Amino acid sequence: MLASVPSFKSKLIAGLVAFSPAIALADTPPMRVVSMNLCTDQLAMLVADEGQLLSVSRLAQDPEGSAMAEQAQTYLPNSGFAEEIYLMQPDLVIAGSFSTPATTAMLQRLGVPVVVFDYASSLSDIRDRLFQMGEVLGHQDRAAKIIADFDAQLAALQAEITTRPKAALYYANGYTSGDSTLAGQILIAAGFDNIATEAGLPYGGNMPLEVLALMQPDAIITSSPSATTSRAEDILTHPVVDTLRQKTGTGWFSDRDWACGTPFVLNAIADTAALRRQLEGNGS
Amino acid sequence: MTRLMIALTVVLALLFCTALVLGPANIAPLDSLRTLVIDDQGALTLVMREIRLPRAILAVLIGASLGMTGAAMQGYLRNPLADPGLIGVSGSAALGAVLSIQTGVAATVAFALPLSALFGALIGVFLVLLLAGPRGSSLTLILAGIAISALAGALTSLTLNLSPNPWAASEIVFWMMGSLVDRSMTHVWIALPFIVVGVALLASLARGLDALTLGEDAAESMGINLKRLRLTLIFGTAAVVGASTAVAGAIGFIGLVVPHVLRPFVGARPGRLLWASALGGAILLLAADIAVRVVLPTRDLKLGVLTALIGAPLFLHLIYKTRKDGL
Repeated sequence: MLASVPSFKSKLIAGLVAFSPAIALADTPPMRVVSMNLCTDQLAMLVADEGQLLSVSRLAQDPEGSAMAEQAQTYLPNSGFAEEIYLMQPDLVIAGSFSTPATTAMLQRLGVPVVVFDYASSLSDIRDRLFQMGEVLGHQDRAAKIIADFDAQLAALQAEITTRPKAALYYANGYTSGDSTLAGQILIAAGFDNIATEAGLPYGGNMPLEVLALMQPDAIITSSPSATTSRAEDILTHPVVDTLRQKTGTGWFSDRDWACGTPFVLNAIADTAALRRQLEGNGS
Repeated sequence: MTRLMIALTVVLALLFCTALVLGPANIAPLDSLRTLVIDDQGALTLVMREIRLPRAILAVLIGASLGMTGAAMQGYLRNPLADPGLIGVSGSAALGAVLSIQTGVAATVAFALPLSALFGALIGVFLVLLLAGPRGSSLTLILAGIAISALAGALTSLTLNLSPNPWAASEIVFWMMGSLVDRSMTHVWIALPFIVVGVALLASLARGLDALTLGEDAAESMGINLKRLRLTLIFGTAAVVGASTAVAGAIGFIGLVVPHVLRPFVGARPGRLLWASALGGAILLLAADIAVRVVLPTRDLKLGVLTALIGAPLFLHLIYKTRKDGL
């Protein structure tokens, strides 16, 4: 009886040691990777080997917010709680800089190696994150190929910009994104100027409805309405926004291509550029 | 009396004009008032008619509703602590509104949103009157109110947390604190009929409430039907608080502060206090809504924050006074 106690203890210690900071990161690639952030989920799914990625966040499986919802179904979903992630016995956890610091700190205290990815706020950040994901998962070649494809497609999209109409990005609760955000960079890449910058909101923020109306944008780009109704999204169908829409170009674009620094922003840029071409066709 | 009403009306008119010329977009005051009347076919008229005008109208309607409800409830319960926000009626109305938005009912029929808020308010006010009794002590009234507020608030939060909509959880603050930001004429039209009917019901209570100051037996001997009085109060309160909460969230303390301030001016007669409190409530809410725009023009500072800052100290003072009088 007594003998079993130390053996249990030593098993526990052995377990902890197995999870402890994988110094092996650089040598042998991690084989039980858990990602707990919608954006790192998608980067990991793009770069990882089959069987290397164990779990992605629950959000990644939601087609409203995730560009890879279908593919995400094949992984275990996690809700980003330290306990459930620890019990998955990962040899690497990938978190976003917006993940709860309490959770990542707890996992590190438990000896699980955690890599925190910064939020991408520009198109070049996307290259950096892909490169970082390649290094972390030990697939630098695959990441490099994805980056090269991304660059080629981006160059093709940007080739034909002549005029720069003014656009407003307008979301639930009257929120807008400025030039220093990924959405703002998508807008610039698609050939629009952002009225948030003119309104003195380089990072975005709340843009009161009347400021939006008086800025007179050439186009209004809003996120498409969620499947369920909410008060916060009422503003996107406010009579003022409706009137502006009738006078201008309108884009209802899905959040999933805009939210994360992944190659899927190319879809967002293509959609927005199409809106610009449509405006130019009408305008001239 | 009439002098008081004229003074209140003048202040209200001045505040209404001030509310129209203030906003995050800097428009010259005269330009803004001109474009409100004369359509310039452009953005200015749009801003004035679809953003600032409905906001000012709603502040007046909702402030008047809450002020009058407070006066009516305080008159009926003969208790200065009665306020639709404090006793959980606004919270129950918010729960009704949230349920109708989250189930999608609100999007199907035009009046579904205020109707479900009305239904929530009805349950709230009915429960409070049931628990506190017709002449309930301050203590039972406040305790019943706390319990109902807490329950309604918890169920509202639960509903919004369970919602699959990504924005739902952030709306809890709106329903608890109230705001008039970015409302439109649509909101005026859905709230107006309920508020008109509710105000008419509450105004009809004037004679009964005056008689009630002499005691229930005396009132009945004067020909007041107490059962009908009670029902009119319940439905009137539910109609105005339901409609107000459906479009602006739960705004507290207006029904507490306004009757308290105006009572000495009307000779403490609850019947005359009704209309005076309606005007006073409109003034207070307009002033609060102007203040949130002046203090933090680009942020959505909630109205309930301001009204609570004004109202809570008064509430404490009233509790202290009630205690001295021996509950």
